[in-house]
Amino acid sequence: MRRGEKLIEALLLASASASIIFFLSIIVFLIKESLPLFAAVSPMRFLFGTVWNPASAINPRYGVLPLLSGSLLVVGIALVIAIPISLASAIYLSEIAEGHVGTILRGILELLAGVPSVVYGFIALVILSGLLHSLLHTTYRLNALNGALILSIMILPTITSIASDAISSIPKEFREASLALGATRWQTIRNIVLPSAKRGIIVASMLGVGRAIGETMAVLMATGNSPIITLNPLRSVETMTAAIAIEMGEVVYGSLHYHALFAVGLLLFIISLLINLSAIHLGYRGETR
Amino acid sequence: MRLWKEQIIFALISLTAYLAIGLALLLLIYLLVRGLPVLSLRFLLSPPLGMRGGGISTAIMGTILLLFFTALVSLPLGVASAIYLSEYTEGADPRLLRLIRVTINNLAGVPSIVYGLLGLSLFVLTLHLGLSIISASLTLSILTLPTVIAASEEALRAVPREFREASLALGATRWQTIRNIVLPSAYPGILTACILGLSRAAGETAPLLMTGAAYYIAGKTLNILGPFMALSTHIYYMSTQSPNPTLTRSIQYGSIAVLLLIVLSLNLAATVMRLRYRRSRR
Repeated sequence: MRRGEKLIEALLLASASASIIFFLSIIVFLIKESLPLFAAVSPMRFLFGTVWNPASAINPRYGVLPLLSGSLLVVGIALVIAIPISLASAIYLSEIAEGHVGTILRGILELLAGVPSVVYGFIALVILSGLLHSLLHTTYRLNALNGALILSIMILPTITSIASDAISSIPKEFREASLALGATRWQTIRNIVLPSAKRGIIVASMLGVGRAIGETMAVLMATGNSPIITLNPLRSVETMTAAIAIEMGEVVYGSLHYHALFAVGLLLFIISLLINLSAIHLGYRGETR
Repeated sequence: MRLWKEQIIFALISLTAYLAIGLALLLLIYLLVRGLPVLSLRFLLSPPLGMRGGGISTAIMGTILLLFFTALVSLPLGVASAIYLSEYTEGADPRLLRLIRVTINNLAGVPSIVYGLLGLSLFVLTLHLGLSIISASLTLSILTLPTVIAASEEALRAVPREFREASLALGATRWQTIRNIVLPSAYPGILTACILGLSRAAGETAPLLMTGAAYYIAGKTLNILGPFMALSTHIYYMSTQSPNPTLTRSIQYGSIAVLLLIVLSLNLAATVMRLRYRRSRR
């Protein structure tokens, strides 16, 4: 029977190692497919080029800056909205909510986290953009603010549940010591609980950033997709993810445009990997709780 | 600080939480209220007619086929990985274990569109599987793997050490212990993990756009080696690229209702099973 045991162990090890192979193949294929672009357009002109017009027949331009700035604008606004609200919700769930209320709200958060991004995209396209239009009389019905709003709704469950876990994991004794010294409940939360949970709250926000920057369908359907560089939240912008998703459907495989989209994907992959690695460095241990 | 000030702060925090979670929930309910009345057997069982009318049977079939083939690859691979990571830590190289863990963690953070690029380059073009259900399912399998592994590992770790020790002390081998003791105890948790993985796969859209989702397919059947329609991509195409999206809103709301019912009932099943399982352990 020993040989059977060894065989099973080897099979299980092979399965576990498959993840490493998949991860490496993402890197290998992204680089392999990006290289032909960098043979024609220097990486500097790709990274700092201010015009993204790869479909032009006369003068195609492959500057990623409009897409990068589009992503950063949308994600930036989304974070400004989502982080304070998520933090308040996390404090409520772990410090204030009593009895079944907390359990029910957590359940709702879990459900919301499971809603497909295309559904959020539809909400932005059909409902939110109309609301924004009647409130702000927007020139562009689909714009960066619309994308940021739907993104903030999407990342709220992620940030809230991870931040709330971080707050709940602060030992009871910390709170009791503070309360025993005469501090009020809010003073205890502000001066003891939140500072102790700082790391976890930062990790939660970073995972929110990672989720937001990689999000495709919701922003694609919300932002109008014009590759321009702007800080105006009411203009249409195009994100890196949206450019890949839209243009890959129309592109000739093997063309420079095709390779340019992989280069955008490579940049996106590097950004989200850096965010994820920093979160791991700060103590994030994966989805398992 | 005076107590009434404190009360106001607490009230504001509570209000923010209720408003944020409540508003998001309200949006979902609104979608269901618009979508559920559209559902009828005719709508569910007849194929779309040129993206202007008809039902959504082809898209439902596509989603079911994708889930089936994704499950075929992702679930065995994910559960086997979790068994190794949880049960074979003794004697294994700790650096290798750490590398595998960090990699899985990083895989979970890779944007789904990047999985789409991998699927296009690796499965569609390099392996010549073409724009097809198979290419898309293989892509979704890799995408869901981190979810399945993380949740299965949690389930395996929840099995008390004493169970294993008792079995090993009676002379059972490591695999016999896993098969006869650990897996049966962890079974509900592992099932939860599989459901969670599939629910994630059911809603994915962007990777499908690059690996074979078609705008429209005439006829009633799908070939697993060819392009396909799926619920998620159908919602996207109908609402953004069809001839007149405002005229087909009811089809869009109906498709959303079906997709939400699938995803939410999978999630609900997973949550209920996990809660029951936790309670029964106590």
